[in-house]
Parts: sequence; C-alpha cells; structure tokens
Amino acid sequence: MAALSDVLVDVPVGIPADAEPTPAEPTPAEPTAAEPTVVDLATTDVRALNRALHAADVAQTSPRWRVVRPDGRHSIAVGLDAEVQVQIDGHVGYYCAGMNKTADVVVDGNAGVGVAENMMSGTVRVRGNASQSAAATAHGGLLVVEGSAAARCGISMKGVDIVVGGDVGHMSAFMGQAGRLVVCGDAGHALGDSLYEARLYVAGSVRSLGADCVEKEVRAEHLAELTDLLAAAGIDADPTTFRRYGSARSLYNFHVDNASAY
Amino acid sequence: MTEHQPLRESATFDRATIAEIQRAAETGIYDIRGGGAKRAVPHFDDLLFLGASMSRYPLEGYRERCDTDVVLGARHATYPLHLSTPVTIAGMSFGALSGRAKEALGRGASEVNTSTTTGDGGMTPEERGQSKHLVYQYLPSRYGMNPDDLRQADAIEVVLGQGAKPGGGGMLLGQKITERVAGMRTLPMGVDQRSACRHPDWTGPDDLEIKIGELREITDWEKPVYVKIGASRTYYDVKLAAKAGADVIVLDGMQGGTAATQNVFIEHVGIPTLAALPQAVQALQEEGLHRTVQLVVSGGIRNGADLAKCMALGADAVAIGTAALIALGDNAPERDAEYRALGSAAGYYDDWQEGRDPAGITTQDDELAARLDPVQGGRRLANFIRVMTMEAQVIARACGKAHLHHLEPEDLVALTIEAAAMARVPLAGTSWIPGRGL
Repeated sequence: MAALSDVLVDVPVGIPADAEPTPAEPTPAEPTAAEPTVVDLATTDVRALNRALHAADVAQTSPRWRVVRPDGRHSIAVGLDAEVQVQIDGHVGYYCAGMNKTADVVVDGNAGVGVAENMMSGTVRVRGNASQSAAATAHGGLLVVEGSAAARCGISMKGVDIVVGGDVGHMSAFMGQAGRLVVCGDAGHALGDSLYEARLYVAGSVRSLGADCVEKEVRAEHLAELTDLLAAAGIDADPTTFRRYGSARSLYNFHVDNASAY
Repeated sequence: MTEHQPLRESATFDRATIAEIQRAAETGIYDIRGGGAKRAVPHFDDLLFLGASMSRYPLEGYRERCDTDVVLGARHATYPLHLSTPVTIAGMSFGALSGRAKEALGRGASEVNTSTTTGDGGMTPEERGQSKHLVYQYLPSRYGMNPDDLRQADAIEVVLGQGAKPGGGGMLLGQKITERVAGMRTLPMGVDQRSACRHPDWTGPDDLEIKIGELREITDWEKPVYVKIGASRTYYDVKLAAKAGADVIVLDGMQGGTAATQNVFIEHVGIPTLAALPQAVQALQEEGLHRTVQLVVSGGIRNGADLAKCMALGADAVAIGTAALIALGDNAPERDAEYRALGSAAGYYDDWQEGRDPAGITTQDDELAARLDPVQGGRRLANFIRVMTMEAQVIARACGKAHLHHLEPEDLVALTIEAAAMARVPLAGTSWIPGRGL
C-alpha cells in the first residue's frame, strides 16, 4: 500500500476547510489536526480521492478530509480502513462508504443506493435521505440516516446497527441475519421478511410484516439497547414508544406445512 | 396378458418417473440433490476434430511446442492472472465442501499454476494459504464477504448465477451448517440456508457497471473482476456483462454441478454448455472484445477433449468442479459398500447436500472429512489437470496448433444435427451448418 505522499498527484493537501476549493497544485505543507484535506470532485476524480484515502499512512498524515462538490458521484470513500473522518458536502451516488472499516463518514446531503454496503465498523451518517439497500449486508458499525431510507434498508444485514430518523421502505431488513434496525418513523410492506436474528424497532406504523417476522415483547434489556442506539445516533426519540420485531424462527428449516409461507 | 409377453415400460411414465411421483406423494417435498443435469443433452462428445492432413501441417507430438498458458483479466486490472494451464477450479464453497477438500483444491491448483475459487460462504485460511491464485466470489448472499479477504484475493468473481440453476440462489441444508460454517455466514447453526437469488444492492446491467466500479475502487483497480453467469440468455448476458466492464466472463452450462438444488431446477432450467459457448463468443466478437474479455467455460468439462473443443469454439479457459471432486476421490469404487449403505452406489452418489459423503469431501463431519488427505488429494487433482492439459495438447498438435488458443471452429465437425446447429460447425462429412444455409 502506498504512502499518502506517493499518491498526492491529484489531491491537494492542507487547504483550510473554509477556503474556496480550487484545483490547486499539490501543497507540500503537512496538514494539522484542525485542517482537513479538501478534495473538490469537480476537479479531482473519485479514483484519486480513494487512492489517497487508502494510503497506508493516511490516519497519521491526514486524519480529516472534506469532499466538496460530490454531485452524485458513485463509490466515494469506499474501502476505507483507517481512523479518518470524511465529511462530504453534498449528495452522493451509489455505494458511498461501501465496505467501510474504522472510518467515520458524514454525508451532508442525500445518499444513493447501497450507502455503507457491507460496512464492517466505523460510522456513516447521512444527514438527508438514503436510497434503497442502505447498509446492505453490513457486518458492523453504525449507519445513521437522519432522513428516511428507501426500500430494502438493512437487507441481509449481518451485524450492523442502523438508526433511521424517518421512515423505511418496503422489504427492509429482508433476510436480516444479525444487528439492529431502529426506525423512528414508519416501515413499509414486508418488514423483516425471512428474518434470521436481526432485531427491529419501529416507533411508527408497520404497513405489513414479512414472512416469519413477528412482534415481540419489549423487555428492559431491549429498552436499554434502544436507548443506547438512539444516543449513539444522536437522535432524540422516546424509546418507550417503539415496538420490537424479530423472527418467529418457524421457517429456519424446510417443512412441507410451511410451503404456503414462502 | 399371455405368459410370454414381455413387460413394456412406458416411455412417459418410466420407472424413474413413477418413483419420483411416489416419493413426492410420500414426503410432500421436492427432491434436492447435488451434481448437475443428468439428462442427455448435446455435449462436446458430439463434436470431432479434423486432424491435419494435406491442407494443414501437424506438429510433432513430443518435439514441437504446444503452449497452454493463459492470461486472465488484463482488460482493466493491474495484476491479471498468469496461469500455466487453461484448466481452472470452479467456485465451490467451504460449507458445501470440507475445509480439507478446499485445501486439497488449492494445493492441486497451485501445483499446476492455475486458479481456484471460493464459494458461497467466504474465504478460509486453508484455501487462501494453499492457493497461489485465488478467485473470491461475490455472491448475492455476501456470506463471509469482507474487504480484508477482498484485498487478499487475486481476482473477484461477481456471481449472477450458475449453470445448475440460473435464477436460483445458493442452498445449504441444516446438517452442514456447523458451528464454523454458521459463524462464517452469520447464521444460526442448523438452519436450512437458502441464499438470495438477487444481489441486495444492484439490479440490472447499469447497476452492475457501478458495482464493478465500486469493487475496483475498493481494491485500487489491482484485481481482475470476473462476472459469472448461468447459461440461459447467454448472448445478451455476455454482451451486458462485457459492457458493464467485466475483465473475464465465466459461463456455466446446465451440466455444471451444485452442492444442493431442487432436481427439477437442475434438469429443466438453463441450456447446455455446448449451446451457450458459441453464443458467448459471438457476443464478444460483435463487441470487438473476444480475447480482450476472457471467456471461462464450465459445466460438464471432463477431459482434454472437452478442453480442446472449448478452446476451438473460442473459450480462453475452462473451469472444472464435479470432475475436480471426482479427482479428489468422490464416488471412488473402493467406497461402494458405504455408498450402498446410503441408498446409492459408487458412480451414482449425488446426495452432496446431506453431508454424509463417505469420501469426506461434501461434508462438515470431522470424522468423515478426516478421510481426505489434502496433500494426496491435491496431488491427484494436479495429476488430473496435467492429463487434461496434455490430452488437449495432443489434439492441438494433431491440428497443427502451437498453442491451445490457436484451435478454431474450422477444426471441428459435429456428429449430430443438433450439435452442428449449437456449435455452429458442419455436420461431419458435409459442409452444412444448420441455420446457415448450404
């Protein structure tokens, strides 16, 4: 893996966060902790940004990044594996922060399909809305969507925590294997269809439950984890207003009597 | 009925059909099994090579070179795979196979400098450690998928489907979901795992292009990205996969094996490998990408003749799965009594889904798995791949070719009208290619 200094051909470093982004020549100055590295995606391509974010020494050399004018580009800040903070000012396309490890990514806008897909750890926060398949198959970390998330939010989730300030679309948590999905608004049709061991909390209405998904009792330990999740997400909601859903575990094994359930 | 009138079996309701109706009525569940299509379909046995004579010069069998190397994934990747033989090992999961079987596949493949492939369940250290070239499958389930393994893979294979069940997802029954398998897949132990058939975060070719872009970005454009399709609408699928940016397309025909699938799916969905391959080549040629995007063909590849015929029809490499398991020891005649105890027999055993494989290959039972020595198994697999490669060289030299890739459709004729139409080569003894006039 290259060092950050080896991949700076296209990425200006050390520009103050409040500076007007320009396609400047690479600046030799080392950034300080207070100065994020600013990358303007109108003049720098996503490849150069990701290459720099993948540099072996990025956490030491430049732990804070600010990406401006993303303009819906795909695959921004994917595959991060370092303790860096990335602030993206604007809307992003597909797979922003995909397979994230350790890093903290904030999208100050809306996110396209598959934001934080297969995330392993770290946090991803979307200040706007998220398109479908948010945090698909993600194993760990925390995804916060302050607005609403579209269909299939948390599809095949494998351990991630997801907190959605608004609503989620249909088939959310489909085949959810592990992790927790918190929905402060309403959930669409077929919530938790074919659910395994993921735990779902919804404050608003649920249009319908999917196959093998049932409402379950909210016990003290569930209130406690819900309180913690809302606090971690920074979302002000009353945990006592949520209902819990999980797997009835009746479809875990083939049985002819269950044929009509599929 | 007279005393001497012979019994007449119905062609429609033959004994196998009657038995299946009786079994279905008894159990209320469809038959699930391993392996590929058992029905007779037009296959590579229906093709013959035209050895050199007056118009073509043969090469000396033991004196003139006939190269077999292949490069996979040079279209976009910084580090394509350089293999010494075009025989690769198809994707088979840890879970479907024991850890020792996966290790044996890695050992065998590495011994002959070819690649092996993970499956629906993630990458094991045994397999990574023993595989010089390891292709990491990216499946709808994403079981065990993580960026660390993605980065330590040598190539990435986005799986859209497989030949045994195009349109179907993976399946692994509860008896094989042991603690380790369950842990790798984040599933409860003992569940009947039914994987998704569609990817969770993309649909269609335009999305696939973006997904491939993401995988390249995560791995800094270093690794070849394959796209695997089950043979069905092959012509269009190959065009779309190439357009989406695939470096390599893996085409799996209906004879391709599966660890566990409904028998009705295996036998009635998809098309034969022979029918699919020429469609794929045509699609790539029309896009100007034949040989730029490599084509790996699987599904019923059994020997060097099949390999040579795939090469002649335009493939760059083949992948073997069932044949590789047989090379390791699957269906070995010395275990016939044990197969019979399971209601099968050596040469017939296909209940790979049950996890009771006497050969210790398609099992998660530690005692059974211990029966397979991965070193010896790897050696047997390497032997088999060497034989396949040498057999193909024999044929290629006879056709005057100094590289397996120099074989061409003009070297082939077909024994049946069906094979001639599918392979788009003349019926033997004629110049007639069905569908192309005289």
